[in-house]
Amino acid sequence: MIEIKNVSKWFGEFQVLADVNEVVQRGQKVVICGPSGSGKSTLLRCINGLEPYQKGEIIVDGVSLSDPKTNLYKLREKLGMVFQRFELYPHMTVLRNITLAPMKVRKKSRQEAEKKAMELLDRVGIPDKAGAYPANLSGGQQQRVAIARALAMEPACMMFDEPTSALDPEMIQEVLEVMIGLAKEGMTMLVVTHEMGFAREVADEIIFMDAGRIIERGRGDEFFKNPKSQRTKDFLGQILK
Amino acid sequence: MLAYKFDWGVLWRQPYGEWLLQGLWLTIQLGALAWVIALSLGILFGTLRSVRFWPLRILGALYVEIFRNIPFLVQLFFWFYAGPMLLVKTLQFKINQISGLNYYIAIFGLGLYTASRVAEHVRAGFASIGHGQFDAVLSTGMTRLQMYWYVMIPHALRLIIPPLTTEFLTIFKNSAVAMTIGVAETTFMSYKIDEQTFHGLEATTGAMAIYLALGMTVVKLMDLIETRFRIPGLMSR
Amino acid sequence: MDAVLKNLPYLLGGFLTNLQLAAFALGGGISLGALVGLGRISKRPWVYYPVTLYVNFLRNIPLILVIFWFFFVMPILVGKTMDPFVSAAVSFVVFEATYFGEIFRAGFQSISKDLVSAAYSTGLTYRQTAAYILVPIAVKRMLPSLITQSIITFQDTSLAYVIGLQEMVRRTTIVDSLEVRSVQLYTFVAILFFVICFVGSRISLHYEEKSRKAKVL
Repeated sequence: MIEIKNVSKWFGEFQVLADVNEVVQRGQKVVICGPSGSGKSTLLRCINGLEPYQKGEIIVDGVSLSDPKTNLYKLREKLGMVFQRFELYPHMTVLRNITLAPMKVRKKSRQEAEKKAMELLDRVGIPDKAGAYPANLSGGQQQRVAIARALAMEPACMMFDEPTSALDPEMIQEVLEVMIGLAKEGMTMLVVTHEMGFAREVADEIIFMDAGRIIERGRGDEFFKNPKSQRTKDFLGQILK
Repeated sequence: MLAYKFDWGVLWRQPYGEWLLQGLWLTIQLGALAWVIALSLGILFGTLRSVRFWPLRILGALYVEIFRNIPFLVQLFFWFYAGPMLLVKTLQFKINQISGLNYYIAIFGLGLYTASRVAEHVRAGFASIGHGQFDAVLSTGMTRLQMYWYVMIPHALRLIIPPLTTEFLTIFKNSAVAMTIGVAETTFMSYKIDEQTFHGLEATTGAMAIYLALGMTVVKLMDLIETRFRIPGLMSR
Repeated sequence: MDAVLKNLPYLLGGFLTNLQLAAFALGGGISLGALVGLGRISKRPWVYYPVTLYVNFLRNIPLILVIFWFFFVMPILVGKTMDPFVSAAVSFVVFEATYFGEIFRAGFQSISKDLVSAAYSTGLTYRQTAAYILVPIAVKRMLPSLITQSIITFQDTSLAYVIGLQEMVRRTTIVDSLEVRSVQLYTFVAILFFVICFVGSRISLHYEEKSRKAKVL
């Protein structure tokens, strides 16, 4: 459902993405790993149009991002995104965080939106926090709310940008569990992460990126046991210590 | 609507063009002279607000709060209309003899008002220098007074050049209020041109250009000063 | 205090005018200021440059001159002589919006880019993101500055004196020319302004303290 064809991106002189090619099928879970600055986060943001790209093409569900007629807002509804620093709206309650987009974009009624929001909060395990403000929540709870917020728009694919990197170790598991649950339900997922345990368990395909390029890709165990490129070996060596 | 005929010539035809230039000269005088007062008093009261001796701190705070919370126009009118009446009869008589009294009162009032704002910037400057320097200087045996005069004040002044630039710009803008007591500065002149020619729109637009040019000159000047007195190693620009 | 007491209703009526003018100036100035702030962080050059020009231009010019300028301009545009209150109100909105605009800009710039990305990623449009996320957060964060600037605006309403508006300062000068009890009268108007502005600045400090302690937003 997502096709990335020969995409390159520059920030001024600096090339951030170089000839990236990838296809993500519906229901697939793809994990992207690599050192910082390798362009992983940038790639995600290009897919939902938050960042522009100069060369190549990205097609989401048949709609090309390069086409000037494309309605980016409609496209973004199909892609849910979860950020490293949660990015909940600090001035709104948890419930309102989740219901804002469905009410304003999908024009749902307050009751409808809140009902769905409570279901989602239940699913991520914190229905009791509906009236709380983000500042009163732990990191793990905030991230789960962020996941619920993204799910509220019923996306076809969920993208995660290092969802656990800003969390204290004891909270990483609760977020990963939600993500694993999503995977089991068949959600298409694109996850940038260092959590290799998660990748092993859930990923259909693992991509290693460095300096804006896809260096290697593989399936599950094969990727971890027999990495082909030296750079992959080095990186895995560091991560899996 | 546009039954109005523009007459931009009003800006340079004599005597109007000359009026504007005379007004500009007065604006410069008002701003520059008031700035001298504002800096001196501002440094004084800003320092007072930072010393250990709390009665002086209160005095400084009182000064700042009073002059900050009353509109400048009201202050100016107070000095101009009520001021002379506060004086003893003999002084009062003498004062009323001075020609161009409004000019001096304008400078006085403008300086006093702006000083309260400068004082706040000076206080902030001291606050950002930090105790380390206080202690270091005092340990060399200088008295507090010497410390302030030779070290703290010059240091603080360099730190606060950007906000001081803003205040310097503001003083020229506030000088326009002096027109209400009859000082023939730029804004007054543009109004006078309107009285004579009914082309106030052109006159005031011309006055705007004058203030714009003045503002840019002030910024350039302060930039030069900042560069000349820059403290190496400290983040300034 | 007899001159003051004798003319109290007249003087206070003028003060009311100052309050009314301030209300309009603030309502319009803050609303326009939010838009100006958005314009100042816009990535679209046809928005950014005109707005920046407008802000930088007006910040160099005395408010008194702006008040005069509008007083001369508006009859030309509208075709008949202008009510000084309306002319003053327009001048204030246009002028103060530049200052509020810079305050909003600082507020917007304190919001992390990713928060905005998060809003967009849920499908919200620019307008919705600005209205529901950017502006409310900026207001909460910049409340002390907004209050301080509002106090300044309130003080500035005294300048409407120059176009003959029957506000407090003008009325004080009128009474003074009759009674010549200048010290009383000007002290009175000074005290009135002082009280309002001082209270306002305390409120602003209170919010500053509150946000410094909470560090929540």
